[in-house]
Amino acid sequence: MNPVAGDHAFALLRRQCLLAVRRPIETANPLLFFALVSLLFPLGIGPEPWQLARFAPGIFWIIALLSTLLAAEGMFRDDQEDGTLEQLVLMPQPLFVSCLVYAAAHWLVTGLPLVLLAPLFALMLQLPVAAIPALLASLLLGTAVLSLIGSIGASITVGVKRGGILLSLLILPFYLPVLIFGSGAVQFAAGGHWPQDQLLVLAGMLSLAIALAPFACAAGIRLSVEAG
Amino acid sequence: MWSFFHKLGSPPWMYGISGRILSWLLPLTLLLLAWGAVWGLLYAPPDFRQGHSFRIIYVHVPASVVALAGYYVMAGAGAVSLIWKMKMADVAMKACAPIGAALTFLGLLSGAVWGKPTWGAWWVWDARTTSMLILLFLYLGVMALYAAWDDEALAAKACALLALVGTVNIPIIYKSVDWWYSLHQPASISLSGDSSVHSDMMQPLWLMIAAFYCLFVCSLLLTMRGEILRRESNTGWVRGLLMTGEGGRAV
Amino acid sequence: MQFESLTAAWNMAGHGPYVWFVFAAAALTVTALLVAPVLRSRRVIRLQRRRWQREQRLSGEGQHAPGT
Repeated sequence: MNPVAGDHAFALLRRQCLLAVRRPIETANPLLFFALVSLLFPLGIGPEPWQLARFAPGIFWIIALLSTLLAAEGMFRDDQEDGTLEQLVLMPQPLFVSCLVYAAAHWLVTGLPLVLLAPLFALMLQLPVAAIPALLASLLLGTAVLSLIGSIGASITVGVKRGGILLSLLILPFYLPVLIFGSGAVQFAAGGHWPQDQLLVLAGMLSLAIALAPFACAAGIRLSVEAG
Repeated sequence: MWSFFHKLGSPPWMYGISGRILSWLLPLTLLLLAWGAVWGLLYAPPDFRQGHSFRIIYVHVPASVVALAGYYVMAGAGAVSLIWKMKMADVAMKACAPIGAALTFLGLLSGAVWGKPTWGAWWVWDARTTSMLILLFLYLGVMALYAAWDDEALAAKACALLALVGTVNIPIIYKSVDWWYSLHQPASISLSGDSSVHSDMMQPLWLMIAAFYCLFVCSLLLTMRGEILRRESNTGWVRGLLMTGEGGRAV
Repeated sequence: MQFESLTAAWNMAGHGPYVWFVFAAAALTVTALLVAPVLRSRRVIRLQRRRWQREQRLSGEGQHAPGT
């Protein structure tokens, strides 16, 4: 990456994080959602610890999926409305770098806090303590993939009215491999093994997503800006 | 070669050639379908384990195979439309989605009905069924995205992009689902029974697969013709075609 | 032919309802895939013809109007 693009990426990342910090409630919404839904499951399937422990890996990953999805919808919304996206398209710096930064900022604001809060909810959902390191590792890798895939969906739907539901319909099928390997890793770890294979697959997905998603996202932004 | 490629992008040429292709492909499709169905239903030998219920394979497998291939046709058309900005590729891509969705649905339905006598349940979360269900959602997603845009050129671009992202993802999804299934249920039920598939059973199957491919092409061309007429309705050639009274036959 | 009679073909040793239902669904899908696009094209043609007729009528009136 040339130094100019690097500066640009750094400035953009700083801006995105500042925006998130300035709107603390909005930023915390996905986390609140995460907390609320994890309250729903014991109420829905019963409080028996063995039952919760059995379902916890799946529950965790499904909530992580949904809260990331919820946050992905707003990734470009404001910047589309006030014309920032148009400026980004016109800038000499490559657009895919900006896309990567948007996804990174989204992950810093939604994925990372989720990872940090996960141990708390893991204990509440009776997940075996031995599985917590694997849970953190899988969330760390998996939520990054979710943010990158989400950026593609968000870029395609930002030009559309009421894109929220549409975004979920488009993006959820692409989230499934992450769900499968993420919850698989935690289940494996709950059985007492270190889920190396699953984590490696997640890492592979992340590499692929970093390599390809920014280009798809850039194409999506171009056509959304064209729709203006 | 390139002149052929340029012709592909021309609506009147496409309209004309598709009419000529349909004039023989449509009867051929119906013949193959009828032949394959009668062969499969009445003449193919029954499976020694599943008995006659295995005859569902002559609908289930062709529908599923062509449904999956249809996604790649759609993505290919999308790529052509993104790279060369060819109007006909947009039309083809838009036409693929509902056809593929219908075939995917048929594949799922036949799989469910087949599951009842074979596995004792209408719905079994096995790897292939689950993958087909995901494919149905991918098709519906493309259709929903197309419908959400007001501008058709942009809608086609967005759908092309989505379809391309899908082509990268479909193998990953399928492999993941396979892995997930092997983790949760040991593969004790193998449907085709590997060695037990007799060549007398396979011949009608190949015939039906060919018939469903022809069906896909026929439906695609028919849909494209309607779409071409709609988009080009204000041009001279459509006016000439329809006002000379040949419009009825033109369809 | 694998069956002795039409009834046997209909029953298929108890599997008949499943098999025939699937083939009926397939026939329905095939028909829909081939007929629906034709109906749509016909509709486009009908609407377009009507529009041209209306335009012709209107332009005809437009030509007569100044004279009267």
